[in-house]
Amino acid sequence: MSDRAVADTVTYNESVVKVGAIATMFWGVIGFVAGLYIAAQLAWPVLNLGLEWTTFGRLRPVHTSAVIFAFGGTALLTTSFYVVQRTCRASLWGGPLAWIVLWGYQIFIVMAALSYVLGYSQSKEYAEPEWWIDLWLTVVWVLYLLVFLGTIIKRREPHIYVANWFYLAFIVTVAMLHIVNNLAIPVSLTGAKSYSLFAGVQDALTQWWYGHNAVGFFLTAGFLGMMYYFIPKQVDRPVYSYRLSVVHFWSLIFLYIWAGPHHLHYTALPQWAQTLGMTFSVMLWMPSWGGMINGIMTLSGAWDKLRTDPVLRMMVVAVAFYGMSTFEGPVMSIRAVNALSHYTDWTIGHVHSGALGWVGFISFGALYYLVPALWKRQRLYSLKLVNLHFWVSTIGIVLYITAMWISGILQGLMWRAYDSLGFLEYSFAETVEAMHPFYVIRVIGGALFVLGSLVMAYNLWRTVKGDLADEAVPVPAAAAAGA
Amino acid sequence: MPTKDEKDTFAAENTTGHEWDGIAEFNNPLPRWWLWIFYATIVWSVGYWVVYPSWPLVQSYLPGVLGQSDRADLATTIAEAKQRQGTYLAKIEASDVSEIVADKELFDFASAGGRSAFGLHCSQCHGSGAAGFVGYPNLADDDWLWGGTLADIQHTIQYGIRSDHDETRSNDMPAFLTDETLDKEQINDVAEYVLALSNSGSDAEAAKRGEPLYAENCASCHGDDGKGLREMGGPRLTDAIWLYGGDKASVVKTISFSRKGVMPAWEDKLDPVTIKQLAVYVHSLGGGE
Repeated sequence: MSDRAVADTVTYNESVVKVGAIATMFWGVIGFVAGLYIAAQLAWPVLNLGLEWTTFGRLRPVHTSAVIFAFGGTALLTTSFYVVQRTCRASLWGGPLAWIVLWGYQIFIVMAALSYVLGYSQSKEYAEPEWWIDLWLTVVWVLYLLVFLGTIIKRREPHIYVANWFYLAFIVTVAMLHIVNNLAIPVSLTGAKSYSLFAGVQDALTQWWYGHNAVGFFLTAGFLGMMYYFIPKQVDRPVYSYRLSVVHFWSLIFLYIWAGPHHLHYTALPQWAQTLGMTFSVMLWMPSWGGMINGIMTLSGAWDKLRTDPVLRMMVVAVAFYGMSTFEGPVMSIRAVNALSHYTDWTIGHVHSGALGWVGFISFGALYYLVPALWKRQRLYSLKLVNLHFWVSTIGIVLYITAMWISGILQGLMWRAYDSLGFLEYSFAETVEAMHPFYVIRVIGGALFVLGSLVMAYNLWRTVKGDLADEAVPVPAAAAAGA
Repeated sequence: MPTKDEKDTFAAENTTGHEWDGIAEFNNPLPRWWLWIFYATIVWSVGYWVVYPSWPLVQSYLPGVLGQSDRADLATTIAEAKQRQGTYLAKIEASDVSEIVADKELFDFASAGGRSAFGLHCSQCHGSGAAGFVGYPNLADDDWLWGGTLADIQHTIQYGIRSDHDETRSNDMPAFLTDETLDKEQINDVAEYVLALSNSGSDAEAAKRGEPLYAENCASCHGDDGKGLREMGGPRLTDAIWLYGGDKASVVKTISFSRKGVMPAWEDKLDPVTIKQLAVYVHSLGGGE
């Protein structure tokens, strides 16, 4: 362990990571509460209060941007700044640039959310911010790339760790996606509105090339980077397979970028493009699962820790949800399945098993690891509360996704039902009525997830304060076996 | 099964030798099942490309050996569906609504089609069960503003109410307060008289004062006895059915500011066959005359 002695001589920039960790927790709670509120609006529309600012149409992008970009994005920024320093044994390149990136990104989030509430939107899903906000983000993102790359270049390790491959792929690809999909011509230089550079089906294809790779490179590659650092650290075991990480990294990167057209099955998009989108999505199954195998099999020889370490349990369940979503995704991309599932709540359920289960839980695990490490605390305030968070949120996710599966399949079947004389069996209003009980179950599931995040915020706050709950701490098996 | 210590020994010999912040890496081989499934998905994809439309070329694309096309399939499916309904649709087109109702088989078909079209186009305002909401009439009872015969209903659907069509059904109740025809006290009295017509008034004195005001201002459309005048679209005031509410405040509001509900003319949006089916369906809901 002489390497560690050398590492200790490097002064890491940890204050930016600390602020990032707090911001991540903050945006998580905001994003989850926004989701709960609009879920409740779907069950009880009167909750939109009849005000334009609080209608579903404006708050839905607030929710999606808050969870994906504010919570997820800040989690990625924060953990990548931490991981790249540690695994390169180098402090962040660029001095104050890291701060500019972090605060610049927070300003982006606030501008975006305010603009949605006031009614400004490009009407592109997950790319709603108008051109002036996009320009701002472009500058911030390029600076982010510079800081990250600069740190890798000045590293004091001979090799680049796998987590950094994934983080770098995420940063580079998101830059490309963001710039191309947001190419637009402003109505005027002083006007907030713009027109997309693309039209018709080309615009739709560009949008879903962006949209699906936001899932692929933001929510998958980025968080795999997180997983590749925090799981081996938490379990204190070597990563299962270097070879697998090489093969699944490159196959994932190469295949993902083709998968977008599966969002446009049975539309004006030419059938040949649909075929390619579908087949590349199916080929993506195993490359995605490579990350799951590497995550879960890293526990080999230390499975017993799952019993005693609720933080590790959270990370492993995150990887399990990742495996489930990345199997469900290829299935849903198959045209015959998509004919039933598309436009239904099944898609919402699919997204949330990935978002709540994978992205949420792996970020929670990373924060539970980071906060005691950053504030130099002996341990978390309370592992019992982590356990409570784990169970409350897991039950919440299960309620959410099962409700959406049933609701989505029911919806799909009702939409396509014809009577014996060839007339549509159900009106749209009747299908909406049939969804109601499932929307109520979703609200309950979402409320549990929010509750879990509040337990977590409390636990982290007490940890930062330096408090320790009066509870029996299980002796980590690693302390005995690994030393 | 190897013990944990044995696994660790094995592991130590099998790492890549790199270490980052204490993280080492095993160099385990790719799991065989993983690799074979990956290969299988690739083989399946290549097969799919051969069979179905896939890679783009300069001017066109690989059409696939089956020559299958979604667009062609869709056209065929629609044509088949139309053909299956064709006999009925042609008959409906050639018949007037009363003839449709007289033919049991055609009636069954038309009311099924009408039910489906109602769900698509009408339920938003009149409700899935056609029971209506405040401001949107109930179509399942026998209270009709513009007539409840098949032909009346067909006319209403076709041209709408206060729509922009020349043939639209239309009337224009004055806003008595806004127009300063009546003052607030007079409106109160008329409202009491109107409520008294359905025995729901509370102030007999005021109702008495309202009677001549009613005769002068209201009777021409609502009838001397308050039973309504269909040809004017003047609603019946003697029953307990109120489109905009039968409480005192609602009635006062109606007299003061008038009400002008709008129904679109469906002639431009729906074909005549669908309109006939809708008329048959609505007529069959229970209130048809």
